This record gives sequence, C-alpha cells and structure tokens, in this order.
Amino acid sequence: MDALTVHRLHFAFTITFHYIFPQLTMGLALLILILKTMALRTGEEHYNRAARFWAKIFAINFAMGVVTGIPMEFQFGTNWARFSKAAGGVIGQTLAMEGVFSFFLESSFLGVFLFGEKRLGPKAHWFAAFLVFAGSWLSGFFIIATNAWMQHPTGYELGKNGEILLTSLAGLLLNPWLFWQYLHNMIGSVVTASFVMASVGAFYLLTNRSEEYGRTFVRLGVIAGMISTFLMAFPTGDGQGKNIAWYQPPTLAAMEGLFETEHGAPLALIGQPDLENRRLDNPITIPRALSFLTYQRWGAEVKGLNEFPPERLPDNIPLLYYSYHIMVGLGTVLIGVMALASLSLWRGRLYHARQLLWLLMLMLPFPYIATTAGWITAEMGRQPWLIYGIMRTPAGVSPHVSAGNALFTLIGFMGIYTVLAILFLFLVRREIEEGPEHLTQARAITL
Amino acid sequence: METIWYCLVAVMITVYVVLDGFDLGAGIVHLFVARTDGERRAVLGSIGPVWDGNEVWLLAGGGTLYFAFPALYASSFSGFYLPLMIVLWLLILRGISIEFRNHIQSLVWQPLWDVVFAGASALLAIFFGAALGNVVRGVPLDRSGEFFLPLWTDFTAGKDTGILDWYTILIAVAALLTLAVHGSLWVALKTEGAVEGRARRFARGTWWVLLIWVVLITVASFRIQPHLKESFAAHPWGYVFPLSAILGLTGIRVLGGLREGLESFLSSCLFILGMLTSAAFGIYPYVLPSNADPALGLTVHNSAAPLYGLQVGLMWFIPGMILACGYFVYTYRSFSGKVKLDG
Ligand code: HDD
Ligand code: HEM
Ligand code: HEM
Repeated sequence: MDALTVHRLHFAFTITFHYIFPQLTMGLALLILILKTMALRTGEEHYNRAARFWAKIFAINFAMGVVTGIPMEFQFGTNWARFSKAAGGVIGQTLAMEGVFSFFLESSFLGVFLFGEKRLGPKAHWFAAFLVFAGSWLSGFFIIATNAWMQHPTGYELGKNGEILLTSLAGLLLNPWLFWQYLHNMIGSVVTASFVMASVGAFYLLTNRSEEYGRTFVRLGVIAGMISTFLMAFPTGDGQGKNIAWYQPPTLAAMEGLFETEHGAPLALIGQPDLENRRLDNPITIPRALSFLTYQRWGAEVKGLNEFPPERLPDNIPLLYYSYHIMVGLGTVLIGVMALASLSLWRGRLYHARQLLWLLMLMLPFPYIATTAGWITAEMGRQPWLIYGIMRTPAGVSPHVSAGNALFTLIGFMGIYTVLAILFLFLVRREIEEGPEHLTQARAITL
Repeated sequence: METIWYCLVAVMITVYVVLDGFDLGAGIVHLFVARTDGERRAVLGSIGPVWDGNEVWLLAGGGTLYFAFPALYASSFSGFYLPLMIVLWLLILRGISIEFRNHIQSLVWQPLWDVVFAGASALLAIFFGAALGNVVRGVPLDRSGEFFLPLWTDFTAGKDTGILDWYTILIAVAALLTLAVHGSLWVALKTEGAVEGRARRFARGTWWVLLIWVVLITVASFRIQPHLKESFAAHPWGYVFPLSAILGLTGIRVLGGLREGLESFLSSCLFILGMLTSAAFGIYPYVLPSNADPALGLTVHNSAAPLYGLQVGLMWFIPGMILACGYFVYTYRSFSGKVKLDG
C-alpha cells in the first residue's frame, strides 16, 4: 500500500469511530433536555430519574467522544500536513472556534450537570442541561462548517503562489452548503438518539422490568423519532441532494449510478454500477423521478458520468453508489418503522404490541449504519478533491510520514479502539441492567 | 499581529500546563499518596469534574495554533508523528481510566485503572517535557520547513539527533518532577487526613530534587540554544519571567504551611508560568528553531496565517475566551473546598 492510501484509511477509520459517539451525544442532549423540561413542568420525580439514567449513559458516551475526538484534531497536522499548511488559516478558524465556544462550554457544564444536581436546584440544573445541549450543537455547527468548506469552499481567494487566503469569515460561516448539511446531520443525530431511547424502552417492556420507565422511553423515542426521520428525507436530505446537483454534478451522477446524460433521468432504486460496460446492471428504476427530485421538472436534464473527464470523477464510484443507496434505503425503512410505531402508540396499543417492540429493540444499529453510510457518501463524493475544486487529495498528505509509520499507528488505533468498544458496550450494558429506579439524587453521583 | 498571536498561543499552552498539570500531577502521585480505595476515590474526586475542561485548553490551544500558525502546526505535528501518536494513546487511556474506574466494584477493576491512570499520567508528563525540549533545542528543518524525527539516535543532541537525547530527557524529567510537585500540592489542597499528609510530605521531599534539576536545565538550555542568551541580552525586561519562576519555586517551600496550602499551590502555578514564559520569551521570534542552520528556522513571521485571518480571529477569540474563563471560575467555585465522599 502506498502512503496516501494508508493515510486515507487512517483518517477514515478514526473519524468513523469518533462519529459513532458524538451523534448520540448531540441527539441525547436534546432528549435529556426534554426529559428535564417535563420534570420541571410536571414536578414528577419520575422524569428526573429518567433524565439521570440517560445522563449516566450520556457520560460514558461523552467520554468516548472526547478521547476519540482529540486524535482527530491532531491528525490534521500529523497525517495531512500539506493540507493543514495550505488551509489551516481558513479551517483553523472554525476548529479553534469549536474549541473556544463549544468544548469549553460543554466540558464545564457537563461536570456541573452530572455532579451538581443537589447543589443547584431544579431550575439551575435544567439550565446546566440546556448549556450542555447548546455546547454540543454548537460543536456540531463548527465542525460541519469545516467540512462544508472542504465540500464547497467559500470566503477565500487564491494568492499569487496558489496559497489559500481567507477573505471573509462571514463567507466561511454562512456557506450555502452548510445550511442543509448542518440540519441534516444534526437531525440525523436526533434520529440515532430516538432509536436508542426507544430500543432501551422496548427492552424494558419486553423483559417486564422498569416498565414505567420503559413506557416513557418508548413514547419519547417514538415521537421524536417520527418527527426526525421524516425531516431527514424532507426537506433536509432533499436540500443536500440539490446542493450536490448544483455544486458537485459528477458526484450526483456517481451517487445515482447515472452513466448517460438524460432528459427525464430515472431514479435507480436498485442496481449494480458496472464500470467496465459503463451501465447500471439489473436496475429497478422510477422513470423521470431523478430529474424531478433534483430540478422539480420531470423532463430536466441530468448529467451522467460519461459527460465528465475521468479526472473529475470520484475514485470509487461503486462504494459511493452503494453507501448512498444504503443511507436512503435505510432512511425509508426508519420512517416506516417509526410510522408504524406512532400509529400503534396513538391507538394506545404500543406498550403491549410485542412484535412491534421487538422490532423497535432490534432497530438499534440501523441509524448508526445510515449515518456512517451518509458520511461515506459525503466524503467519497468529495474525491478526488480534498478541498473541492482547489486541492487534490494526494497534494494534502504529510510528505515525510512513511506508509510504514502510518500503518503502524493505524494498527495501533485499531487495537486501542477495539478495547474501547468492548469497554463501552460492557459499561452501557451494566447501566441498562441496573435500570433507572434506584437513581435518587445522591446515588446519581458516580465519584 | 503575529506577535500578539504568539503571546496568546503561549498563554493558552501555559494555562493548559498549569491546569491539566495538576490533574496529570495528581495522576503521577496517585499510587503513592492514596493507598485505599476510598483515598483513591478522593484523589479522583478532586479532579473528576474538572479534568476534561482542563484538557480542552490543549485542544483550544492547538486549534488556535492551527489557525494562527498553520505552517508550524503542519511541520511540527507531522515531524513529531510517532511521539504524538503515543501521546494520543496515552490521553485515551488516561481519560477512560478516570471516567470508567468507578463504574464497577471489584478487586481487579479499580487497581487496574489506578495503574493505567498513574502510568499514563507520568508518561504524558515525560512526553510533554521532551516536546518542550525539542522545541527549545531545534529540529532539522529542510527548505520547505518540514522534518521528520526518529524517536532516538545517539543521544548527543547534535545534528543527527532524535526526539530523545540527553537534553530533552533532562527536560522531560524536569517536567515530571514539576508536575509531581504541582499535583501533590493540589491533592493536599483538596483532600483531608492521611492523603493530605502524604501529599504534603511528598511535595516537600521532591522539592529539593526539583530545585537541583531547575539549576541543571537552566545551564543546559543556555548551552544548547545560544539564541536564549541573545534574547535576554537584547531585552533585559524579559528577566521578569525567570524571576517569577524563582519566586514561585521559593514560594512553594516558604508558604507551605499557610491557609491549607492554597498559597503553595498558587506558587507552583507561578513557577510553571515563569518557566514556560521564559522559554517562550527566549526562543522568540522563532517558534521552531532549526538545529542545523538558524536561517531555516520557523519564526512567527514565516509561519503565520495571512493578516486578515489573524485580525478577524481577535474579534471572536477575545469574547470567546472571556466567556470560557467565566465558565472556569464558575465550575471551580462550585466544586471548591475539600472532596467529601458519599456527599
Ligand atoms: C440517520 C441517518 C440518516 C438518514 C436516515 C439519511 N441521512 Fe443523508 N446523511 C446522513 C445521515 C442520514 C449524515 C451522516 O448525517 C450525512 C453525512 C454528511 C452529512 O452532512 O450528513 C448525510 C449525507 C447526505 C447526503 C450527502 C451530502 C454530501 O455529500 O455532503 C445526501 C445527498 C443525503 N444525505 C440525502 C439523504 C436523503 C435523500 C435521505 C432520505 C431518506 C437521507 N439522506 C437519509
Ligand atoms: C466534519 C468533519 C470532518 C472533516 C473536517 C473531515 C475531513 C476529512 C479529511 C481531511 C479526510 C482526508 C482526506 C481525504 O481522503 O479526502 C477525510 C477522509 C474521510 N472521511 Fe472525513 N471529515 C469529517 C467527517 C467525517 C465523518 C463523520 C466520517 C464518517 C463517519 C468521515 C469519513 C471519511 C472517510 C470515509 C474518508 C476517506 C475518504 C477517502 O479517502 O476517500 N468524515 N475527511
Ligand atoms: C475531523 C473532524 C473532527 C475533529 C477534528 C473533531 C474533534 C473533536 C475533539 C477534539 C473532541 C473532544 C472535545 C472535548 O474534549 O470535549 C470532539 C468531541 C466531539 N465531537 Fe468531534 N471532531 C470531528 C468530527 C466530528 C463530527 C463530524 C461531529 C458531529 C457533527 C463532531 C461532534 C463532536 C461532539 C458533539 C463532541 C463532544 C463530545 C462527544 O460527543 O462525545 N465531531 N471532537
């Protein structure tokens, strides 16, 4: 393997692992805030205990996010030195803002939220929960701003020697790409958290324990899940797709597996991209739907892969195609499951509908798979550019770090992360096993 | 403008060392000063609510370095590739050992994490010290401002040196001693009874070793990096930095008994502040000197981001940091006083 490939795998592996945790952090922060709000409104201790239970899982998850996040920031310098040197003056802004505005907020008030319930009193404790939520959503904003700039650079100018000069901070923060990407991504984290909450609730109901809490979790999870899965498809997923059609047309063609430019292009539901014969094998398509979805006209022209010179095409078209279809396919499934569950909840049957509860419980991994597939779509779709239109991926790598060294540290990360994953699952399982009942104020303090 | 950002980054890193220094230090002395499970909980309880916030200074400092001096960030992070990756692994192990230790009651679970916590903390202090040593000594930069250092070669601190040589090891040990004293003063401040007593004795004993070491590294640093002498000769006001270090070091000893040790802890903060600012002042305008040809060194001028970015940076950085300091004052106040278990 050449050094470039190893560096790419290195980054892809560590970021994919990192992102497993923040998505739950951000979504759960919102759901915990909702639980705290209900506690404040109704004055019922029940909701406080429910919030404390999720706060414990949140804390374990957060710790994982922190320890896997630090390597991300370092890797810009260690593995992508040329990229950092060229673009640090721009994306360094958003990365530093993330540290200054959100990590300080989050880490300070998470401590207060976890350890300070007794001292603070209900209102101030609610506010601490709010600040943790605000911190994590701000953190998402700045990091997505960073990624959005790589997808669609704005607010910059190229200098005489091709160096990238920031010319407008507002341009960086109000990037048109950012709007839909941020909303889509954040709502995606609410989807994950809703499914996790509903899944744990369903587990309690199916095993006849902590039933009172199981109901609360299922109810909140299903309602939040119904709203958020729907928003994933429309308007946010749709908005993302339009951005791509507008700014990254070769990527759109690759995602959709469209080889020939067509008026009234069909939407491929299933099919295998066949690069040798340059066609989609065994497709099932909806005629003209792609044109309509991207341009709101059934007859609009959509450019196909054959239209672009090879050096403008993403370097792994099948992976891009499949991950995009997995995300959208799962998106449809997730909406379907939540719709069924909502219907049953509305009719007052859900808590006893064992099959549906089984389904909810087993859905747990799928939002994670969908978000990961979504990111692979975004990041593979950005190829062959590291910064779209400005810098090619090979130009950004650290020149003096050899393939061997990078492979060594990649294997090291794989080892450590395996241990982390085992510990994480083990500890979360224990919290679920112990259940929420005993979490009075005093017992909630872990140290 | 570059100089302003140089000072800001230096301040952020110094604050990082002062703050995360005490929880790293608490880790270094963890196994010696706290023997029973209850005592160890007390030590961990004293840093539990704050360590993550302290570590954010490293991230925010790193982020600030990244956007203000991108060329420096790129060059040093890729050049120190291997040790930085080890630092990352240590940070991971240390973070989870603090967070996960108390989730399970068992005779093997806690001792395991205690050892991981202590070992990772000590190694981190050593690595950070070695990093500082490398920056003061200089690295073999090439024409494009890049380099790659092996972990060690012949330990001579000459042209073909590695990351570890006699000089950087000296600084690494200094860092270990400094943070051990700093951490035990913190532990003494935050705990009661046997732990407090042991921590105080540990700090007093180690202080002498630290004193000798400070003399050693001062002599060695001036020998290894001639630029330091020039800096102090050119701007004599710079002597306030080493002076405050001396003041701090004396303070640790002299003010030891007063007001539950707050003064001696603060003296230790002053000492660290003085040492790091002396180093920062001494190597300025370099940010990463070259040990082969001074002309190739990275300076604040040739590694800084363009002016616009630095200017707008100030507009959000200053309010942002004021807010952040506000949170810190608030959290430290709400967790002030001695750690009480089962409270
Ligand atoms: C719960 C997870 C989830 C679900 C159900 C969906 N997505 Fe998604 N999608 C993500 C999670 C996600 C993500 C992980 O959040 C991504 C990766 C990058 C980003 O900003 O969001 C993403 C990216 C992403 C992109 C690529 C953006 C880019 O290249 O920058 C498009 C076009 C869509 N989404 C469109 C959709 C559509 C039309 C969906 C219809 C159901 C859909 N997504 C469901
Ligand atoms: C929002 C913050 C993110 C930033 C700034 C970012 C940045 C980068 C960079 C610098 C690379 C290496 C260069 C390249 O290969 O193009 C990369 C590659 C990659 N990233 Fe991201 N990334 C982010 C989020 C994510 C997330 C959350 C995931 C997955 C869950 C992800 C998946 C990948 C993958 C799979 C690659 C490898 C792509 C390839 O090399 O072809 N990224 N990203
Ligand atoms: C390459 C890109 C990324 C970098 C450099 C990065 C960096 C970091 C760092 C340093 C931390 C630890 C903060 C602390 O100590 O409190 C962290 C945690 C976090 N990151 Fe990332 N991250 C990246 C990708 C992402 C993405 C794509 C998201 C989501 C949109 C995200 C959201 C978060 C959040 C919410 C936290 C808080 C802790 C947690 O959730 O567990 N990060 N990240």
